[in-house]
Amino acid sequence: MNAFFQASIDGILMGGVYALAALGISLIFGVMRITNFAHGALITVGMYVTFELCILIGITPYIALPIVMIIMFIIGFLIQKIFLNPLMGVAGYNQLLLTQGLAIVIENLILVIFSANYKSVTIPGFDSAISLGALTINKPKLVAFIFVAAISIGIYILLEKTDLGRAIRATSVQPEGATLMGIEVPKINQIAFGLGIICAGVAGALLTPTQYIYPTSGNSYSLKCFVIAVFGGLGNIWGAIVAGLIIGVVESFSSLYMGGSWSELVVYLIFIMTLIIKPTGLLGKKG
Amino acid sequence: MISDFLKRATNSTNNGRLTVQQIVIICVLSLAVLLSPLYVSNYRLNLIIAILTSAYFAQCWNLMSGYTGQFSFGHAAFYGLGAYTSSILFVDLGINPWIGLVLGMIVAGLVAAGIGYLSFHYNLKGDYFALATMAFCEILRVLFKNTKALHASSGVSIPYSKSIALMQFGSKQGFLYAAFVMLAAITFALYKIRRTKMGLYFVAIRENEDAARALGINAFKYKMIALIASAMLSAIGGSFYAQYYLYIDPTIAFSNTVSVSAITPCIIGGAGTVFGPIIGAMILEPISEITNAALSNYIGMNMVVYGLILVIVIMVMPKGVIGLTKELVNKYDKKKAEE
Repeated sequence: MNAFFQASIDGILMGGVYALAALGISLIFGVMRITNFAHGALITVGMYVTFELCILIGITPYIALPIVMIIMFIIGFLIQKIFLNPLMGVAGYNQLLLTQGLAIVIENLILVIFSANYKSVTIPGFDSAISLGALTINKPKLVAFIFVAAISIGIYILLEKTDLGRAIRATSVQPEGATLMGIEVPKINQIAFGLGIICAGVAGALLTPTQYIYPTSGNSYSLKCFVIAVFGGLGNIWGAIVAGLIIGVVESFSSLYMGGSWSELVVYLIFIMTLIIKPTGLLGKKG
Repeated sequence: MISDFLKRATNSTNNGRLTVQQIVIICVLSLAVLLSPLYVSNYRLNLIIAILTSAYFAQCWNLMSGYTGQFSFGHAAFYGLGAYTSSILFVDLGINPWIGLVLGMIVAGLVAAGIGYLSFHYNLKGDYFALATMAFCEILRVLFKNTKALHASSGVSIPYSKSIALMQFGSKQGFLYAAFVMLAAITFALYKIRRTKMGLYFVAIRENEDAARALGINAFKYKMIALIASAMLSAIGGSFYAQYYLYIDPTIAFSNTVSVSAITPCIIGGAGTVFGPIIGAMILEPISEITNAALSNYIGMNMVVYGLILVIVIMVMPKGVIGLTKELVNKYDKKKAEE
């Protein structure tokens, strides 16, 4: 029974980080209909930015977080401005291929700059676990979960309660209509992409205390985040969060009962089932 | 003069026949490849083989994604199945790789039929289909990585031999000619298919599936045909790869890099055109080779260049080299007519 509760706790905590990264994918798809294949590479960028800040200034990943968010926002803003805005409205698969190309460039630039060596970040006082009877809670994962919750709520408030959020939502529903209403759609797209990349970067930053950092370390999250975003309903922010938690728990249970290497398989099967049964996702509108 | 030549070289409407210029280009290039062992060092033959095999794999992708518009992001699945079937059957059961090759095609075809049925029956399109193919490929990678009977993550090593009977062509030259025949055959087939009713159906489905259905084209059937044919042909490429490099493992065979390598040459040359993948491979592989040699101190730099080429091509010439050439020639003609 302990193993069961332990797996639930681990799953929910991990699922939170998945949810945040997937939220970024969902937001970007929701506003611009772009499937961002560079998301995994940008999670890695978030990890390296955090690592460098920790080394250079000597701060912990948690204090570095605001700086990471600013840097990631600028990166996302510029990617949309330079590469994707010129392609908006172009039919076909160009955006998807472009983000794949960017992923290759980013991943290998990291390899060139930082080499393939594994790096890690330790935070004094955070390497122990909290014990609750027979259960243990990994401290960095718990803190990560709290940050994820805070940032998700922040993004929700931004989208629902501010003028900027209204402009983003208007753009997602109907770009042409938004333009007629005086909304600068290209700029809104840049901001939305920036926000999506903040999610990727913060997820990367929050993962640094619990995993090694290397040039492809974000890649394993890439397809998983697509799975979650689609499972929750592409473009649906709450869907991404609920689906993230579910996938986190499913993964945790399947690695408990089937072994770690098979858990990936379960996640992908859920994905295929979603695509077949309800491609609009868990919380999406009717298909 | 040059513009006229380019115009005829990129012409695709000459009543379905090749223009004289196109035939000349094809003959010159074919001769250059066939005679290359006479004037190219053995080491450099690797590059020519790489161009041929990369163009071949891109042609496979071209059939289903370029012609029929079903954008696959997981073609490594079929490539890997081909590589694995012939290798495992040979190493573990002693079955001749030529038979393994055929069996590999059948395995890949069956898996493609399964993937196609699920995807097309439930009407997955666009990005959703791309993600589904990617997920299927990952599923195969996980399966192969974790199944002992399939050599798990340690992969399969194929013993070296010099026998054509064992699908190893003795020398670099042998592999060169085999790759040339494969590429020539698939290119000829694509050229012929383009002119048949089925080829027209493929393109109709790509351009507007709803309209094609309204005209009575069985879109499901033709998408299945394109996918299964493309998968079976990809499997040949996979077997060839395994026999050439004599080693495969799940992360090589089913990697995202392999899936992307089927797409990039096609996009650079021009997707949906008969010669696009060949032109793309002729541009991409030498650049890869040069950057690899020139920047060997910076591991990863050659892939940065590879990615940048993809990005630049999509931004500057989304219809590839062939599309861009046509556009430039048209512009030049218009300018001339105005004068």
